[in-house]
Amino acid sequence: MYLRNDSKPQGSRLSLRVAVIGGIGVALFAVLFFRLWNLQVLSGDEYLAEAQNNRTREFKVIAPRGDILDRDGEVLVDNRTSLALQLNTSKLPEDPAEERAELARLGELAHMSLRKVRRTIKEGEEVAAGAPVTLRRDVGFDLIAYVEENQEEFPGVSVQRVFVRHYPDGTRAAHVVGSVGEISDEELKEPEYKGLEPGDEVGKGGVEYSYDKFLRGDPGHTRIQVNALGEPTPGGQLVSEAPTPGSNLKLTIDGDVQAAGEGGLGARGLPGAFISMNIDNGQILAMGSNPTYDPTDLIEPSQQQVDELYRDPVLAPLVNRATESAYPTGSIFKIITALAALENGRITPDTVVQDNGQIEVGTDTFENAGGVAHGAVELRRALQVSSDVYFYLLGLDMWETDELQEWAHKLGIGRPAGLDLPEEGETLLPTKAWRNQLFKEGNTDRPWSSGDNIQLATGQGDLQTSPLQMALAYAALGNGGKIPTPHVALEVEDAAGRVLKEFDFPPQRKVHIDAGYRTAILEGLHAAAQEGEGTAAGVFGGFPIPIAGKTGTAERLPHADQSWFAALSPYPNPRIVTIATVEEGGFGAESAAPVVLDILEAIYDKQASAVSSAGGSE
Amino acid sequence: MTMYATRTRNARPEPFTVHVGIAERLGLAHMDWPLTIAALFLVGFSVFTLGQATQNDVPGDPNYFLERQAIYALLGIVGMIVLTRIDYSRFRELRVGIYTFLCASVSLVFVFGFAARGSRRAFEFPFFSFQPSELGKLLLVLALAGFVIDGARRGSEVQRTVRYLCLGLAPAALVFLQPDLGTSLVYVVATLAVMYFGGVPWTHFAVIGGALIALVALVLVVAPTAGTPILKGYQEERLTSFLNPDEHQSGAGYQQNQSVIATGAGRVTGRGDKATQTRLDFVPERHTDFIFAVIGERYGFMGTAFVLSLYALLFWRALRITTLSKNSYGTLVAGGIAVALLFQTFVNVGMNLGIMPITGIPLPLMSYGGSSVLATFMAIGVLQSINVQAHLSQRGRFAW
Repeated sequence: MYLRNDSKPQGSRLSLRVAVIGGIGVALFAVLFFRLWNLQVLSGDEYLAEAQNNRTREFKVIAPRGDILDRDGEVLVDNRTSLALQLNTSKLPEDPAEERAELARLGELAHMSLRKVRRTIKEGEEVAAGAPVTLRRDVGFDLIAYVEENQEEFPGVSVQRVFVRHYPDGTRAAHVVGSVGEISDEELKEPEYKGLEPGDEVGKGGVEYSYDKFLRGDPGHTRIQVNALGEPTPGGQLVSEAPTPGSNLKLTIDGDVQAAGEGGLGARGLPGAFISMNIDNGQILAMGSNPTYDPTDLIEPSQQQVDELYRDPVLAPLVNRATESAYPTGSIFKIITALAALENGRITPDTVVQDNGQIEVGTDTFENAGGVAHGAVELRRALQVSSDVYFYLLGLDMWETDELQEWAHKLGIGRPAGLDLPEEGETLLPTKAWRNQLFKEGNTDRPWSSGDNIQLATGQGDLQTSPLQMALAYAALGNGGKIPTPHVALEVEDAAGRVLKEFDFPPQRKVHIDAGYRTAILEGLHAAAQEGEGTAAGVFGGFPIPIAGKTGTAERLPHADQSWFAALSPYPNPRIVTIATVEEGGFGAESAAPVVLDILEAIYDKQASAVSSAGGSE
Repeated sequence: MTMYATRTRNARPEPFTVHVGIAERLGLAHMDWPLTIAALFLVGFSVFTLGQATQNDVPGDPNYFLERQAIYALLGIVGMIVLTRIDYSRFRELRVGIYTFLCASVSLVFVFGFAARGSRRAFEFPFFSFQPSELGKLLLVLALAGFVIDGARRGSEVQRTVRYLCLGLAPAALVFLQPDLGTSLVYVVATLAVMYFGGVPWTHFAVIGGALIALVALVLVVAPTAGTPILKGYQEERLTSFLNPDEHQSGAGYQQNQSVIATGAGRVTGRGDKATQTRLDFVPERHTDFIFAVIGERYGFMGTAFVLSLYALLFWRALRITTLSKNSYGTLVAGGIAVALLFQTFVNVGMNLGIMPITGIPLPLMSYGGSSVLATFMAIGVLQSINVQAHLSQRGRFAW
């Protein structure tokens, strides 16, 4: 012990202790300096970035989607603004009881039960985790005022002005325009949705989907300085960048023709579809499917609604039957059989066949509809009266070859039609190889037989095709061999109507069709539609515009017969193909032909009035 | 007792002093000027920083913190000067009274204290509140140093060590119960420092060190597992969250994370008025415990290095005074004060930089708060007194 208070402590022992403490002091200060150097000099930039991130909050200003217009500029889809009650779930109180209380208060305001509030939140989180959940759209101003005045009672609750898709004509062209919805987690990963965030709205079907990048627009941003509680600080608006609205999309669809088709098909009261297309450039003038739906219902569908109404497997209103369904077509297929037989030299247009009402092949009997015998028929007559026997014999003649299938394939049956909508269904062109393969795998009871080809020759049997594919085949016949690319997009315009982009869809391919054969077939079709005993003469006999048309009555067991009609107009130099089908609609002339008639009337009435009013000619 | 102790002790004419200057008259001639300057710069920088950083904190009174801190600083400087002129050796004689006052004052807050955020630490007066435990740091050093000198020849070394420990830990325990973990830790460290400079054998420190480690293990690991936690939940979280701040984003770790971000964001030259972390409430307690982060963000590495250098200077001068003291009492007092200042500085700055736990220890002279500023200045006044007395006694010896 060195302590004696009256003198200084013994030098060496004290200085050792002082030196040790001094050393510790140096070490501690060195630690602090080193840490400061590390924080401020070496990693300062990172922390600065973090700090900036910390203190600003970016509010997205949603861009309205572009309008969707018909070819005359009539609005099919636009937007209306709506006030939506949104909830940022990350800001809810951590305490479960407080959270529950807040959700209950919210539910009371929005007229939702607590359970419904929770379910809405859960559903919202599933669609887009992290994005604010929209509890209710179209809330009133009184509710908003209340929430804003009592902000501290509703942490995380905000009111957003949102754009909601608006469909002035309800169901009009619903399957073409499609619907919109919140971007899904899977979509977020896809390159075409780069830059989008959870909660953003994207097209989910129809042109809303196909042309999303034009319609979407770019959101604007407002950066606001906030304090640690996320509250805006005075004068803290840093940047404001206005949103760029989406461009308008003008469709090839003619609203009047579309309305006529929907009206005509709807009047049948049966499921079905129609399509009307320009055969030269592939522009679709009208396309519809029944039953249809109002896309408004899909903006905020309740699960129940979707399940009960839209997931009905039989009615399937969301399915575009013009492009997604697959049916046997009945006699409208006969033009393909005719072309195959003619081009392969099996017949000439004048080859005469004796139609006794039926043929027997092996043990099977194939007969005309109703067992009628048409007597001696050549191609034109066979088409006019729809002699099945004539085409049975062609099918039989070609059954060991792929001639019929090759022509059907060339004309677009059983292969993607190249439509600019996401909705295209699976179809099937039955071939020898296909069935033999199935048989080899033990999936069917027999290999390819003559009966299969005989059935196919009249659009029966295993054939599964869509109105769209048949439209392509008729288009090629009508224009002399061009397979157009079917499409509904005409051009992209800005809000002022200036054209930003014109869509050009060149024909997909060309098929050589002998002009004489084409003429012969068209003659037969014209006779079928508008002359004497023609199968559709009862419908189109009085129609002032000459057309070429073919009825079809497809057996589609266990359903009743399906009605088809395909028309090329005007005859003899057609510009437009129009096809309609009505499930369980009976004979072609019975229900499908009248739908086509409605469409053609709309097209030519309009043309006539345009010609007369413009005084021009076309 | 006269207030002008230096004069009475140096009543004879001094042959080497011809002119008696104003500094001499105020008793400041033998102050340690680097120490004084470091202290004045620190408190000045504190007032300056508070003035800039807290303008929007009290609505309608942009200079609320600036004005108050300036007043505390002035009071502190006066206190420092007064103490400079008192012969600190008197405090040794008053050790029992000082110790009694210390224990009484930190106990009385339990009765009359003003409860803030769940702890009773301060007396509330009409215009200010006073936290006796702050002044207690100095009182403990003054009293304990006295006891150590006094008891130097009584009992075995072990008995003495145990006695000093008990004397030091009693007020520490009282403060701990307020509860004020940080200040009680300062008491423990000051106690150990006084004992250390008092010559307690190294072996005893080894034992104490081992016991401390065992205690920490007991408090943080064994007791909670046994179901009888000694620390309050927030205390334990604060103490351990710095080890993995990411796990405590919203609690104690949040504060520290924000403080680290703020400091780092200042980079080399600071963000000045563009500082956002410390201006927009991201950093909590920014005028008290986290003022270093404010300096870090506003003035960057240049500011923090400057402040840290001042503390290094302060510590060096304080340590130097331990060796200059004319008697052992001065050495012990200076050593206790020096180590307590070092400890508070390191723990507070380390806490701001995310390398030490959050213990609520203010940064001496910088953190806003009258009790702390006043007590620190008084401690520096005592250091000055030791320095002055050392010079006077040396000169006296030389003169005689």
